[in-house]
Amino acid sequence: MNAAPPAIGAFERLQRRAFRTPLDGLVTLVFVALLAGLAWQAIDWGVLRAVWRAEDVALCREAASGACWSIIDARHRLILFGLYPFDEHWRSTSAAVAIIATVVLSCIPWFWTTRRLVSLWIAGFATYYLLMDGSLLGMAQVTTDKWGGLSLVLFLFSTVVLIGMPTGLGLALMRRSRLPVLRLVASLLIDFIRSLPLLTTLFTAAVVVPILLPDWLQGDKIWRIIIAFSLFFACYQAEVFRGGFQAIPSGQFEAGMALGLGKWQALGLIILPQVFRHALPATINMVVVTFKETAVVIIIGLFDLLASAQAAFGTGDWVAYYMETYIFVALIYWAFITSLGRYGEFVKDRMKQDEH
Amino acid sequence: MLGWRDFHRMKAREIAVQAGLVLLVLVIVIGSVRSAQVNLATLGITSGFSFLDRSTGWSYSFSLLERSIDDPYARTLLIGFLNTVFVGSISIVLATILGFVIGTMRDNRNIGLQVISSVYIQIFRNIPLILQVVFLYALLIHFPGPRQAYSISDTVFMSNRGIMMPVLSLPLGAVAGVVLGSVLLGIGAARHAGSTRRALAVWLAGTVVLFVAAAILLTPDGRDLVSYPELKGLRFVGGLTLSVELVAMIVGIVLYGAAYIGEVVRGGLAEVPRGLREAGESLGLGAFAVWWTIRVPMALRSIIPPLGNQWIFIMKATTVGVAIGFSDLFYIVSTSITQSGQTLELIAILMGAFLLVNFALAQAVNWLNARLALKGYGS
Repeated sequence: MNAAPPAIGAFERLQRRAFRTPLDGLVTLVFVALLAGLAWQAIDWGVLRAVWRAEDVALCREAASGACWSIIDARHRLILFGLYPFDEHWRSTSAAVAIIATVVLSCIPWFWTTRRLVSLWIAGFATYYLLMDGSLLGMAQVTTDKWGGLSLVLFLFSTVVLIGMPTGLGLALMRRSRLPVLRLVASLLIDFIRSLPLLTTLFTAAVVVPILLPDWLQGDKIWRIIIAFSLFFACYQAEVFRGGFQAIPSGQFEAGMALGLGKWQALGLIILPQVFRHALPATINMVVVTFKETAVVIIIGLFDLLASAQAAFGTGDWVAYYMETYIFVALIYWAFITSLGRYGEFVKDRMKQDEH
Repeated sequence: MLGWRDFHRMKAREIAVQAGLVLLVLVIVIGSVRSAQVNLATLGITSGFSFLDRSTGWSYSFSLLERSIDDPYARTLLIGFLNTVFVGSISIVLATILGFVIGTMRDNRNIGLQVISSVYIQIFRNIPLILQVVFLYALLIHFPGPRQAYSISDTVFMSNRGIMMPVLSLPLGAVAGVVLGSVLLGIGAARHAGSTRRALAVWLAGTVVLFVAAAILLTPDGRDLVSYPELKGLRFVGGLTLSVELVAMIVGIVLYGAAYIGEVVRGGLAEVPRGLREAGESLGLGAFAVWWTIRVPMALRSIIPPLGNQWIFIMKATTVGVAIGFSDLFYIVSTSITQSGQTLELIAILMGAFLLVNFALAQAVNWLNARLALKGYGS
C-alpha cells in the first residue's frame, strides 16, 4: 500500500457511492424509494393499523385494520411453551434463560479455555434439564413428550452442540489417524451422513432404529432424534476441524515430540488450541446453521416452535391470523440467528486484525 | 500415515485398537440384523423388494408422468424421484441466477443496490427454510378461488389452485426431447463455438428453432399450437397449471438458496485483484464488460467449490416438501412406509437415491472445476 488516499467528508463519500453518474443516481433513488415503500407498508400494517390486545379481536375483522397481534397476546404461551403444563411455565422460561445465558457467556473470550467452556455448558445444560424435568428438584415431573415450543428448540440445539462437538473432534482425529481402519470408518461415516438430507437421518432415527435395536436399547424418540442430529452435526463439524488441522504445519507436532512431550500431550497442548482458533469462525457458522435446522423436527413429530405456532392458529376463531403467527415465530428465529451470525462476523474480523 | 500393507510395522496396541473398532462395527451390524429379524417377524412383515410390484392405492399432489392410484410402488417411487430431481434442478438454476444478481448488487459501489441486497440476504438467510416454505404455502392457499382469480391480461391467472398460464400443446415426451436436445446443443456449443458469446447465441437460437419445429411437427392433430387456460364453471381448463405446492417449493427454495449463493458470489468477486478491474477500465471497457469478461471468469474459480456445496444443499432441501404435501421422494417414501410397512427397504431406496444424485452433482462440480482451472496454477 502506498500513501492513504486523501481523507474525504461524509457528504462527498455519499455522493461518490450514490450519485457518481446520472444513472447511478437514478438507480439509488429507485431502490431507496422501493425500500422505503416496503418499509412504510410494513409499518402501516404491522404497527399503525394493528390491533394489539386479545380483548379487541373483534376490531381485527374491520376492513381498515392491519395486523391482528391479538392472537399473539392470547396464544403466546402455547407458541412459546407448547404442551408444557400451564402452572409450570416459569420453569420452562427459566430453563430457556439458562440456555441463552450459556450461549451468551460462551461468546466471551474469558471462557475460551476447554475447562471453563465444558463446565459452563454442562452447568447450563444441567440447570435446563433439572428445571424442565423437575423430578430431581422435588417438583412435579414433566416428561419430554410434553416439552415444546421455544424451550424444546433450545434444548435440541444445546444438546446437539454439546454431544456433537466432542464427537466431531473424535471423528476428525480418527480421519487423520495413522491407522487405516480408523481412517476408513471415519471417512465412510462422514461422507455418508453428509450426502444425506438431515431429514432422512432424523427420520431413520425415529422410524428405522426401533426396528434395528432391541427394545431395551431404544429409549425415548426425542433422544434417538437428538443422537442422530448430533451425529449429523459431528460429521460436518469434523470437516470444520479438519480444515483447522490443515492450517497447522506438521513441524509443530514434531517439535513437541522433540521436547519430550507424549503424542497426546503434544496434541492437547500444542496442536488443538491452534486448531480450535483456526476453526472458530466456521464453527460459529455451523452452530448458527444447526439452530436454523432444528426447525425440521416438526416433520418427525416433535412439538417445536413451528408446530406450536400452527396449533395456535389451528382452532376456530384464529384461523385467519396465520400470517401474524408465522411472522412472530420468524422474528424469534431471526433474532437468535442474526445475533449469532453477527457475533460470528465480529470474531472473524477480530481474528483478521490479530493476524496483522 | 500407514497404508494397508504396513500392518507388520504397527505396534500391538495399534492393531488391538483397530481390531476393536472392526469388532464394534460387526457387533452393531449383526445385532441390528438379528433384532430386525425378530422385530419384523413380530410385526408380520416379509422383507424383500417384492412389494414394489403391488399397487399403492393412494394418491399424491404432483407428478410429471401419467399416474393413477393403481400404480405399483416402483412407479410411484420413480415419480417421487423425478419430482425431487425436477424441483431440485429448477431451483438450482434459478437460485444460481438470482444469487449472481444479488451477489453482484452487494459488490456494487452504488449504495441503493448494496442496501437492498443486504436487506434481502439478512431476511432470507436468517429464517429457517421450512418456515419460509410453510409461510409461502399458507399465503398462496389464501389467494381467492378460481372465479375471483388475479389475472394478468386474462392469460395468466393466480388463484388458490396455483398459477395457470398458456403452454404449447406438446406431449410430455416431446418436451423432454426438446429439453434434452437443448442441453446437448449447449454442451456442443460450449465445446466448439470458441467464444462464450457465440456459444450462447448458437445455443439460444438452436433451442428456439427446436421448440418451434417441435410445436409445428409434433402438436397432436386438431389442437391449437398454444393452449390457454379458461374458466369453465368452478375450475380452469387448458393451459399449464403450476400447483400451489410446486410454486411454494420452488419460490421458497430459490429465495433461500439465492441468499447463500449471493454471499458466495460476493466473496468470489471480492477476491479478484483490484488491479485487474482497473486494467480493464483503463483499456476502455465498460462496466458490464469489466464484470462479464474479467471479474466473473476470474471469480468463478473461487466461487465454484462453495457453489457446488450450495447445489447439493438445494437438492437435499427438497425434502421440506413433505411439510406442505409436495410429493417429493421423501414424501413418497414416508407415505409408502406408513402404507406398506416395508421400512428398511424404502429407507434404503431413499438413501440410495440421494447418494446417487449428490454423487452425480459432485462429479459435475469437479468437472466444472477442472475445466475452469487456470493452466499452470495449483493442481
